[in-house]
Order: sequence, then structure tokens, then C-alpha cells
Amino acid sequence: MFTETALNASNKKVQRLFRILFMLMTGLLILPVLIILTMLVYKGGSVLSIDFLFTSPTDGNVALLISVPIGVAAAIYLSEYAADNWFTRIINLAIINLAGVPSIVHALFGVGAFVIFFRFGTSILAASLTLAIMTLPVVIVATRESLQAVPMAFREACWNMGATRWQTIRRVVLPNAISGILTGIILEVSRTTGETAPIMFTGAVFFTPFLPQGIFDQTMALSLHLFVVATQVPGVPENLPFGVALVLIGMVLLMNSLSIAFRMYLRARKKW
Amino acid sequence: MDTDSAIDFDRRNLDWYLDKLVQVLVFIGGISAIVFIVGIFVFITKEGLGFIINTMDVKEFFLSPYWEPSDEDAPEYGILALVAGTASVTGLALLVSIPFSLGAAVYIGEFASGKTREFLKVLVELLAAIPSVVWGFIGLTLMNPLIIQLFDVPVGLNVLNAGIILGLMTAPIMTSIAEDALKAVPDRYREAAEAMGATRWQVIYKVVLPAAKNGLLGAVLLGIGRGFGETMAVLMATGHAVNIPHSIFDPVRALTATIAAELGETAVGSDHYQALFTIGIFLFLITFVINMTADLIVRGVRRG
Repeated sequence: MFTETALNASNKKVQRLFRILFMLMTGLLILPVLIILTMLVYKGGSVLSIDFLFTSPTDGNVALLISVPIGVAAAIYLSEYAADNWFTRIINLAIINLAGVPSIVHALFGVGAFVIFFRFGTSILAASLTLAIMTLPVVIVATRESLQAVPMAFREACWNMGATRWQTIRRVVLPNAISGILTGIILEVSRTTGETAPIMFTGAVFFTPFLPQGIFDQTMALSLHLFVVATQVPGVPENLPFGVALVLIGMVLLMNSLSIAFRMYLRARKKW
Repeated sequence: MDTDSAIDFDRRNLDWYLDKLVQVLVFIGGISAIVFIVGIFVFITKEGLGFIINTMDVKEFFLSPYWEPSDEDAPEYGILALVAGTASVTGLALLVSIPFSLGAAVYIGEFASGKTREFLKVLVELLAAIPSVVWGFIGLTLMNPLIIQLFDVPVGLNVLNAGIILGLMTAPIMTSIAEDALKAVPDRYREAAEAMGATRWQVIYKVVLPAAKNGLLGAVLLGIGRGFGETMAVLMATGHAVNIPHSIFDPVRALTATIAAELGETAVGSDHYQALFTIGIFLFLITFVINMTADLIVRGVRRG
């Protein structure tokens, strides 16, 4: 029979030690955030009201209309059409860089291109376009992954029936990948809700008593509101910014949880 | 037209044309990413070019620690102190986030199993989603008094504050990329080592970590790029003083935060305005290099 030697025992001890060490590290990573969330709820909970919740981010919705079609088209191209060559690599590099460019540089681009060059002024349109380009990689990557998860055999079966490429994509690939695409879109909405820097100079204002009437108006955004209330307005009630932060973080976490739950549900009932 | 074909077999019906049309449309979508990244570079360069050509003194720009663009007589545009601010904050953030996120990735990927692992992964994903302006707010309102109390310093908005905030921000992103890199190591490597009688830790230390080395390096690089480009959190938590820091309790100012704070106050086309765009070009190029390097390293793993 196997008996434990001294070496075995010490190895086991080392393993246990590292297991606990890494567990503690994971815990320490998560703990501060839980503390912070509790503080936000504790301090900001009192100022929440129904009224307060209705300052919704308009920019995100318009951005969505632009980036979803382009993003999905790009993902279909990369997953279904593109060959594995230098050109596709360049597209991939461009996507990676688009995702990695600092948000303030996106803001500069928004100012230079949309506000000044195309003469949109600081408006919802300019802010939305900036946000749309910034969040494009989120949509592309999520969509491409879900398209690639559809087994090749599905496509082959369809082609054998004489279907064109587009018929195959529309009738077979997209219906099987739609869940992943939706998850990506929810994530994008969440990103746009939280972004501040790209919209500061392109279309959002700290306060306007009116709801925007058209895409050339300026609008309020929760994230910018938090920034200004926290740093530049003297004499606001102490709890107010905590309330704004709480609403913002609540919206973002809610949307992300929704997309995660959605993903898990669909993964569970996947047919293949 | 193929007139001499024996049988009349023309595939060009409506669906055929539709197929071609879609092919063109998705191709346009595909190249949009290239168009946008080039567009970003072109437009920020267009706005900043006047400064680079006419006003900029290359030596002053990179080596002078004085950023005094609103001085009427002799405005000075030196970004050294801003670079030092960004570097010190990002450096401290990495000291916080690298060990913790690699440790967390190893725990989640190699030790935890089943429900615990799923739960932790979801939690990390949610942490990564917290907006940066909220982090900045936390630095401003919660960390600030805490640092003043703990270390008995007059101001709590400094390198330490921003570094910790940025570290907490980048850690979840680095954790999930590092976890992916660990997952990319084939299970048969682990099985082979375990069959030789190695403990879980020996497997991780001798087999998994060396095999995932490049992926982990890529994760760290992407974390650096992330920290470097972060704007709102460092704007709110650094104290915003142009200063080369001598200790972690000195307030500093970051490159990104300078743009965010000053762009609204400058006249379009002025030297100051163009100088801010020049900083933008600088940021763009640096993150471009970091992202390319990270991609090359990670891709190297997949191929090898």
C-alpha cells in the first residue's frame, strides 16, 4: 500500500499553503469593492427617489443604433467571409487598438471630427458617434465569438442544400448565435452608461432642465453629473453624490448581471 | 457572360445578387475598424499639427517639468511632470494589481472548482464593469479621508490614492485575461504532471505557469495600457498638481487628466488647445505600441 513519506507530506503542506495564499489574494481583491458598495448604499440610499431615477442616459441609445449594425457586419465579415491572411490580421489589430485607445483620446477625436470638422457642435449626435466608435470593439468581439461558436457542420449542411452564403448566415448562423450577440449589446449599453470622458466635450452637460428635443441638443448624463457634483459644485448636500454614484453603479451592475444571467441560461439550453 | 455554355444554367437570381450585396456590406463593416483607427489618428493629428510645427520645442516638450500653458508672457509646454505623474500612478497601480490579479487568476483557474469558480468569475466580471468615474468618486470621498487619518498627511489625494484606485480598477481585467491564458494550457500537460505524482502546486509552478508565461505577460501589458489611458479616476484622485513626485504622498497630475481638465477651458485652435491634442497624439502612439506588443506576445503563444 501507499504510505506517505516525509517528502509527500511537505509537498502537501506547500500546496495547502499556496492554496490559502491565493484564496486570500482573491478575497482581498474582492473585499474592498464589497466594502465600497456597502458604503455607497449606506450613504446614498437616503437620497434615492423615483424622480431621481428618470435622468436616463440618452447618448447610449443613439450610440447603439450606430455601432450595432456596423459591429455585427464587421463580425459577420471576420467570422464568415474573411480568409486568414495579412488583411484580416490588420483588421484584428485595428480592433484591438480601437479597444485600447484611452477614452480621452476618443474624446479628442470626437471633438476634432464630429464637433468641429462635421459641424455637429456639442450635441447628442456628436457624443453618440464618439461613444459608438469607442464601444464598437465590444460588439465586434462578442458577436464574432458567438458566430464562431456555431458548429461548421451547420453551415456545411445548409450549403449542401444549395443555399447561398447569405441565406446560410441569415437562416442558420444568426439564429443560433443571436444570444451571444444580445449579450454583447447589453454589455455595450453598460459601457456607454458609465463612460464620462468621451462625452464631456462632445455633448453632455452637467445640468439642463429640459429633456433633449432632437439629436442636436445637449443632454444630461448620469456619469458626468456625478463628476461635476463631486468635484465642482460647492455646497451640495453631502449625500447627493453618493446617491448619483449608487444609481450609476446600480444600472451598470444590473445590465451586466442581466447579460451574464442571459448567457448562462442560453448556454444551459444549447442544442449542441 | 458565359454564352457558349451548353446548358442554360444561370445562377444569378435575386438571391445571388443579394448574396453579393451582403458580401460588400459586411466587408465595409469589416474595414470600418481600420477606417476608424486611422480616422482617430488623422483627426487628432490635424488638430495638434499646428502646435507641433510652429510652437513646439521638442526638447522643452519632453524634458521640461513646467506645464504652464496659461502664462500670458511665456507659456511653457513641458510634459515631463505629467509623464512622471502618469508613470508613478500606473507603477504603483501595477504593484498592487499584478500580484493580486495573477494570484486570483491562479486560484480561480487552478484551485477553485465548480460553483465557487463560476461565482468568482462572475464577480470578477462585474468588478471590471464598474465605471471609472465611480472609482474616481470613491478615491475622492472614501480613500481621501482614510489616507489622511492613517498616514497623518495634510492631503489624501496623491499618488498612493490614485495608485490603489487604479490598481483595484485594472486588477479584474488582468485577472480575467490571465485566467484565459491559464485555461489555454492544455489539460494533458496537467494530467501528465499529476500522473508523475506532482501535487497541485507543483503542477502549477513547474508546468502551468511556464506554459502560460507569454499569455500572463500579455495580460500585464494590457493592464499597463489600461492604467496608462485611464482618465476620470486619475483626474479625481491624484490631487491634480503639476509636480514630479518625491514620495507616494505627493499629489501629481496625469497626461490624460490634463486633457480632461483643460480642454473645456481653451479656445479652439489656440496653442494651448493644440498642445492638448499633441498630448493626445503622444498617448495614442504609446497605447498603440503597448497593444501591438501585447497582441504579438499573446499570438506567439497560440502559434507555439
